[in-house]
Amino acid sequence: MLSGRAASHKIAKQFYRERALLMRMMNGRSYWVLGAIFIVLLILPPVIPRFYTYIMALMFVTGLLAMSLNMVVGHGGMFQFHHAAFYGVGAYVFGLILKKTSLPFWMAFGAGPIAAAVCGLLIGSFCVRLTRLYFGMLQISLGSLLWAIVFRWYDFTGGGDGIYGIPMPSALSSAKSSYYFILIVVAISLAVIYLIFKSPFGATLLAIRDNPARCEAIGINVRRHQVAGIVIATFFAGVAGVLFVVLERSVFPDLLFWVLSLEIFIMCLLGGWFTFLGPLLGAAITVALRTFVGIYTEYWTLILGVILILLIFFLPEGVMGYVMEKFGSQRYESGDRG
Amino acid sequence: MDTAQMFNLSALGAQFLVGLSRAMILFIVCSGMSFVLGVLRVPNVAHGSLYMIGAFSAFSISNLFGGSSTGFWLALIIAPLIVALVSLIAERALFCHLYEREHLMLLLFTFALMLIFGDLVKLTWGADYRSIMAPPFLRGSVPVFGASFPRYNLFLLVIGPLVAIILYFFTNKTKMGKIARAAAVDREMVGAVGINVSWVFAMAFVIGCFLAGLGGALVAPTVSITLGMDHDIIIEAFLIVTIGGLGNMWGALVGSLIFGLTQAFGVLFWPQFAIVFPYAAVVIILIWRPTGMLKAVW
Repeated sequence: MLSGRAASHKIAKQFYRERALLMRMMNGRSYWVLGAIFIVLLILPPVIPRFYTYIMALMFVTGLLAMSLNMVVGHGGMFQFHHAAFYGVGAYVFGLILKKTSLPFWMAFGAGPIAAAVCGLLIGSFCVRLTRLYFGMLQISLGSLLWAIVFRWYDFTGGGDGIYGIPMPSALSSAKSSYYFILIVVAISLAVIYLIFKSPFGATLLAIRDNPARCEAIGINVRRHQVAGIVIATFFAGVAGVLFVVLERSVFPDLLFWVLSLEIFIMCLLGGWFTFLGPLLGAAITVALRTFVGIYTEYWTLILGVILILLIFFLPEGVMGYVMEKFGSQRYESGDRG
Repeated sequence: MDTAQMFNLSALGAQFLVGLSRAMILFIVCSGMSFVLGVLRVPNVAHGSLYMIGAFSAFSISNLFGGSSTGFWLALIIAPLIVALVSLIAERALFCHLYEREHLMLLLFTFALMLIFGDLVKLTWGADYRSIMAPPFLRGSVPVFGASFPRYNLFLLVIGPLVAIILYFFTNKTKMGKIARAAAVDREMVGAVGINVSWVFAMAFVIGCFLAGLGGALVAPTVSITLGMDHDIIIEAFLIVTIGGLGNMWGALVGSLIFGLTQAFGVLFWPQFAIVFPYAAVVIILIWRPTGMLKAVW
């Protein structure tokens, strides 16, 4: 994604540092920290107000969305400019199936992400024929086509109003139970994404980001790997979309709007592009800020814009990237790079 | 039967002209975006916001003169200048420090500008619907092909080619335009021959934004001026610039014509899904020619 050898070296360095830290977390005592966080998240809902439960669940959903974007942008180096389209497709397919048909919940739950992944396959295989900016522009066009259809097909999708009151199974009727459901699905998704990052496929994706020409030369099918990356990422975007519906019980065309896509970009930037958990953190910060700033002022986007400018100028590697830079272990870096 | 066919033909003709006049507005906006894209290599996401600021400033200026025709003509001149000034400030204060950074950061910066401008417009003008009147001799409609056609759209059909001609002379005959074109092709070389590239970028950015403001001021009498018009135009501009060939101004013209005409005929054939026609046209073109109709400048 970056131009220039120095820049890409810097990213690589940061990535290895991050991975070293993660490995240490997985091996050493930090393993318990992750477990402890998970347990805290499990016992939180009964003790905190309902509103905070909702906000936390929203953070997880948005976090999963940002993580799925980062998979292709931060780790794949592709200009995935319209990621929200797939989020919206997942949400709409799930919502429409529950609202209009009598199919069981689990079928709808599977159909959402699969529909998103199919869209990802279709759009992605056109996009990977192009590079960089053209890739992004083409994706915005194709994603906007989806948005236009959803926005205009009033009889089927509810047009600009969206669909409200999507029925949920009784097990997910309370805010608490939907919180647990979202927490578990997001945790599983994150584990899967982590495993994909660690797999040879993840390493290949990373190599393609850093030097596509060389990858082509050593016999890697660059385009096929990129499409596969997009399909996986859009699948998880679809999962996030489905979880959004579980939380909100409504869908609206703004879910597919390109402004949301760029907002997810901001979350990734805020958390840190080239880190694993950064986007999750960025999404959590963004959701928290939007909620609490929204109480005091209606000019939230102005504040978001200012934050974004500050980030670009002073913290381009994101919060997580900064923390890694400051406190990341030097020991592991040299060993890992060798 | 004859009359029915006559009616269809006249409807087609009128719709063709409507599409053409829409394409002129799109061309003015998109040529600015394409110019910025060509020289700075950044898709300016804030372009739509500047278009919106242009429309709102035109409203304010026209209001200042009580909606008289002097007010309208002044608005047409001053509103784009206001937009140019806003963009110059944004460029010199913030944007110019980022040119060494990667592409994506520049894009996200313009997105930040879009967010900020959107709320600043809300702060300044409020969330109400506004409208301005064209001067008396541009109101009403004239019969064309047996159907009535708004006079203001005829005016746009004159202005559009005029802007195209001015742009042609600017980019091909003036020194500034030639430098800008050179910077689009090879910016290192432009720097190497001793031209201040930073100022070339500033100039290109301001001219592009001026065109956005001009488009906003021109469109103001035909639409209701409101928040959210930035979102509508920017995505269209992106698509047009992409199908035209990134950074190619004549590509922007071709793209605008395709976009405007497919939209106009879409309204005729299937009103509910009129919005889908231009998008579908874009998709077909991009599948057929992935890098756009005309050659991209870089």
